[in-house]
Amino acid sequence: MAELIDAFAIALKAAIGFQAVFLALLALGLNIQFGYTGLLNFGQIAFALLGGYGIAISVSQWGLPFWVGVVIGLAAAVLLALLLGIPTLRLRADYLAIATIATAEGLRLLFRSVSATPVTNGTRGLSGFNQDFIALAPWDTAERYDLLGTRWSGADLWVALVGWVLVALTCLLTWLLVRSPWGRVVKSIREDEDAVRALGKNVYVYKMQALVLGGVLGALGGMVYAVGTGSATPDQYQNANTFLAYAALILGGAARVLGPVVGAMLMYFIIQFADTGLRTLISNGVIPEDLLSATDVAQIRFVLIGLGLILLLVFRPQGIFGDRREVMLDAR
Amino acid sequence: MPADPTPHGATAAGAGAPASLGKGAAPQRLAQAALRDVPWEVGVAKPDAAIVVDDVTRTFGGLTAVAVDHLEIQRGGITGLIGPNGAGKTTLFNLLTGFDQPDSGTWSFNGRPLGKLSPHRVSRLGVVRTFQLTKALSRLTVLQNMLLGAQGQKGEGFFRALVPGVWRSQERENTEKALELLRRFKLDAKKDDFAGTLSGGQRKLLEMARALMTDPEVVMLDEPMAGVNPALTQSLLGHVKDLREQGMTVIFVEHDMDVVRDISDWVVVMASGKVIAEGPPESISQNQAVVDAYLGAHHDAPLTVDEEDRVLAEAERSIAQEEGTGGDVIDPERRPRHGGQR
Repeated sequence: MAELIDAFAIALKAAIGFQAVFLALLALGLNIQFGYTGLLNFGQIAFALLGGYGIAISVSQWGLPFWVGVVIGLAAAVLLALLLGIPTLRLRADYLAIATIATAEGLRLLFRSVSATPVTNGTRGLSGFNQDFIALAPWDTAERYDLLGTRWSGADLWVALVGWVLVALTCLLTWLLVRSPWGRVVKSIREDEDAVRALGKNVYVYKMQALVLGGVLGALGGMVYAVGTGSATPDQYQNANTFLAYAALILGGAARVLGPVVGAMLMYFIIQFADTGLRTLISNGVIPEDLLSATDVAQIRFVLIGLGLILLLVFRPQGIFGDRREVMLDAR
Repeated sequence: MPADPTPHGATAAGAGAPASLGKGAAPQRLAQAALRDVPWEVGVAKPDAAIVVDDVTRTFGGLTAVAVDHLEIQRGGITGLIGPNGAGKTTLFNLLTGFDQPDSGTWSFNGRPLGKLSPHRVSRLGVVRTFQLTKALSRLTVLQNMLLGAQGQKGEGFFRALVPGVWRSQERENTEKALELLRRFKLDAKKDDFAGTLSGGQRKLLEMARALMTDPEVVMLDEPMAGVNPALTQSLLGHVKDLREQGMTVIFVEHDMDVVRDISDWVVVMASGKVIAEGPPESISQNQAVVDAYLGAHHDAPLTVDEEDRVLAEAERSIAQEEGTGGDVIDPERRPRHGGQR
């Protein structure tokens, strides 16, 4: 029993750690793009990569101050959104999906390529760019602190705290936007963009704004992750993270302000709880070694997540916060 | 089209569109009275044209969907646009509202050219349309659907949206206006329901009401009565007539001839992309070109006995030729001529 409580505490730590912040920010960006505006961005991780590397390259390679790196990362994300949006947003939704998924994979391969090594340091990545930020913590970051039954390093705690403040501010921004006439226009675009055009709204501009805003949130997520891990390597930014963020969004409920946040926390909680819990049960002999070995756990936990999502879509398609009536309406 | 002599186009160019006749208290009578003396010719000039179309063509591959030489739409009147399926009515609508771009041609609204304008710009000028397949925004409430139609909203800008103080009072005014319209269209009880829960007819009503939120000058309705039950049709007809009373110009596509006869001041008939006839509703059913377009050019009158014989004989002959035995079994009387030919 004590072991299960331990597993619970470890899972709780994962649910409020900076990794969860990373996933939550990705999902918040997707919520603006997909949940409210109906844009299919399948390469959210590309924005995160630009955010993370924006800081890493600026600070480690060019010797710029940390905050300049943040600005460069955000600017790069805006630029990517514009580059992706200009050719595709006048076309059907599928084209953005194709362009983003290709860009996400292409950018990662570019950053780990040999020719980019002088700037990105290839597959080994960059590190040592987060000291300025960690130094801002009001407590001693070298110490370890007890929190909810788990031990945290001071630096992790600081990154997570700033990350959750970012998430809270983003939620506030989303809430303000979606209850305004601007939000009404983007939701209408999700339903039927021709109807919105016929009523005198410049659909293209609204889609672009949503794409840029979502991309900036993705970049912020990537920054939190890079600063949290203290390094930036291309393979941290696998596009699987985009789909994990979509899963979090659907789990929490799309087009709901808090849906992606709760979804991301729950996602990390379940992954970590399944991981620690299964390992405990295996080492205790509750689950026989022949049935499931400790090395299989890493894969099995994603199987469990997949199973959970299937059950969710069958029994609660609207996610945790969604409105069932709304989801059950045939959109268009 | 070059082969088609267009005396009407020349007339229209000569007459030009006279300066706007001041909108009186009863625009309905004004439009009807104005159209009374207009000859029933294709491309005829109207006394006060809101929309003028010139030489607009649109082809899809080898198919010419629209080829309109000259067309004027009277201001303040209800113009019905009819024609068989595939006549190019909806394509013309799409072109006029910027949803499609023509291969050639120009058109103007109040003398202002509309070619190359994107749909939202056309709409902002005051030409608003509805769609054949109703576009209710399913996962927005009926009231939100209506509010979307309001023009010049301060809160629709990204940054101003973040400061509710900037747009709240305007939002309140728009909401009042929307509720007023919903009451007129008997949808006020549904204002907080998702538009996706409305019936087909209610969606048509909502779409029309939403279009009116933009304060349009010209309303273009693409099959407003399609799929609507007869009782609701009557109420929709009333609403369309109301638009005219308020001085709006209405263009609508419709297949139901009773509806067209009932409400139009002027009817334009299209077939295979061309305007083949126009005139007041009563002139249309007698127009030979229209009858041909709808029923086919070779239907003619019922066959006479002589013709029947001739057709029969031709059929026999072809059968006989195929079989190579002659048609004597069927029609011995005509055998000699038959045989002689062989």
